[in-house]
Amino acid sequence: MTQLQARGLVKSYGPTPALRGITLDIDEGEIVAVTGPSGCGKSTLLHCLAGIIRPDAGEVSWRGHRLDTWSEAARSRLRRTEFGVLFQFGQLVPELTAAENVALPLLLAGTGRRAARTAALTWLTRLGVAECADVRPGEMSGGQQQRCATARALVTEPRVLFADEPTGALDTLSGEQVLTQLVRVAKEQHTSVVLVTHEPRIAAYADREVILRDGMIDHTGLGLDAPLAGGSR
Amino acid sequence: MNSGLVSTSHLLLGLLSTGTMHGYELKRAHDTRLPQARPLAFGQVYATLNRLLRDGLVAPAGQERLAGPERTAYTLTEQGRAALDQWLSSVEPPMPHVNSPLFTKVVVALLVADVDRARAYLVAQRRAHTERLRELTALKTAPSATVDDVVAADYAIAHLDADLRWLHTTLERVADWHREVHS
Repeated sequence: MTQLQARGLVKSYGPTPALRGITLDIDEGEIVAVTGPSGCGKSTLLHCLAGIIRPDAGEVSWRGHRLDTWSEAARSRLRRTEFGVLFQFGQLVPELTAAENVALPLLLAGTGRRAARTAALTWLTRLGVAECADVRPGEMSGGQQQRCATARALVTEPRVLFADEPTGALDTLSGEQVLTQLVRVAKEQHTSVVLVTHEPRIAAYADREVILRDGMIDHTGLGLDAPLAGGSR
Repeated sequence: MNSGLVSTSHLLLGLLSTGTMHGYELKRAHDTRLPQARPLAFGQVYATLNRLLRDGLVAPAGQERLAGPERTAYTLTEQGRAALDQWLSSVEPPMPHVNSPLFTKVVVALLVADVDRARAYLVAQRRAHTERLRELTALKTAPSATVDDVVAADYAIAHLDADLRWLHTTLERVADWHREVHS
């Protein structure tokens, strides 16, 4: 089943166009990498799909409902319950332990304290960082922090996880561990993943790769201005 | 990808340093330790063993007859161990020549044809590289992957990744390059 559907998305920042007509479907459980050079519109597309920003034109549908017409409050509610969001760094609350950080989305959604902590510990274990449960972010490595952030993004068992350069601040091995566990858990949960990255080796973890260039999907496969005769896909 | 030649002699000496083996066992040990390597033919194993024997780097260590023909087992000599040690202590020349088939093919495409031909090749190569990158990523993340599999895949992934970066930047530069070739 199609989870997310984008039709003709257009978005500009002042006079600068970021998206120039993006049409894209994301199925249930599908991991889609969005790649392309810096400034191609990758992050803007992710923000539109996640309902963080509204497109200037075009439609975003979530399981058949027009997300782009919803109020900020309704989109925010959807992000708390059905979507998980993971960024490059700096997402954990520094004053809270890993378990408290991971429990936070559940507490905000009304889950009891004890149940939230139990779920947090389960997710920290699934991401291989159970030993960090009572440790604050400042005392963890970058890889451990990112795995805690992944646990927090997945603790509400979202239908879609939006990950914007989730391994961008990590060394190769730590990044790989984060990504391997993220992909494994997403597959187990049938969670769709929108994975924004500029690295081919990270995109290779996805089921499908969508390449953006100058705010449009590049169907030539290599960032060319015009499709090649006989060489495009 | 790396076009450096692999020394089969030193590889066999290394495998023999773990214990006496006959040709078939050497071939099996090779396939286990280097799971994604270019296939090593039995003929090449025996030819290399004969050369090592001739040079005094290995010595026969008895024969056995199981179900099949008689097999000679080989052991590493002192001289062989010294040769292995010397090889392990030497640093490989870090890309002394730029002679990748990818690079050569783009040069030739620009000489004999035009920018579009070179671009078409780069696009096709990029697609093939991306597919192989995905295959290797699936291989190394499979639950059944051994450390041998992971390390071999890591090596190939790092090189494919580097090639892909080169393919990207060359696509941006190919028009300028063509002008230079034909100026």
